[in-house]
Amino acid sequence: MRGRAAAGALGVLLLLVQGCAVQEVKPWERDLLAERRMQLEPSALDAFLDLHIYISKEAASGGYGVGGGGCGCN
Amino acid sequence: MHLFYRLVVPLLLLLSPLARGEGMPAPDFTLPTLDGGEVTLSKLRGKVVLLDFWASWCRPCRRSFPWMDRMQRKYGPRGFTVVAVNLDRKREDADDFLRLMQPGFVIARDPGASVAERFGLKGMPTAFLIDRQGRVRHTHRGFRERHGEEREAQIRALLAEERP
Repeated sequence: MRGRAAAGALGVLLLLVQGCAVQEVKPWERDLLAERRMQLEPSALDAFLDLHIYISKEAASGGYGVGGGGCGCN
Repeated sequence: MHLFYRLVVPLLLLLSPLARGEGMPAPDFTLPTLDGGEVTLSKLRGKVVLLDFWASWCRPCRRSFPWMDRMQRKYGPRGFTVVAVNLDRKREDADDFLRLMQPGFVIARDPGASVAERFGLKGMPTAFLIDRQGRVRHTHRGFRERHGEEREAQIRALLAEERP
């Protein structure tokens, strides 16, 4: 019984210790996040055009805030 | 309950600038400037100093530069100075940025961010407005065009204070 309690306590401790692994990112260290290769979309204009064409072909889907009737002209 | 609103809340409101470190003496530092010189904060005693922390990759910093330049030109003769501390790891990044901006104020370098750490920097851009006695009086977090007027009024108010 005591062994199980100790094992449980150890488990909880291990879970809590994970909190120590998170190190605060300082504002001057965010330069890496600002790099182009770190962006979800490397080219915003390309992504917009791709989405625009996709939505104008797939009329039933959408909801991305990009309108279009299928001619690809607006 | 009345007592709470009449006493405790105003008291807390009075103390809140203290909690942000406003009114406290700014920690002194000496940093190299990009033109090969040095800047020491305590040597600027008697001036109103806007101590700004920025990096080339920070977009709102880019927006704040024209404003800081305007302030420097407008209030420089009255004893106001901008000291902009660059936190880029690579100096070339700062140089590229400055070639575009051509600011007319002092640019210092703090690549190890030791001064930024002492000022407890939480984000960029952050600027500390320091009065003629060397106390941090206002903290400017972030920059948007609409902040300009309010911050300019703060500069004017500090300039109107007596010299030590």
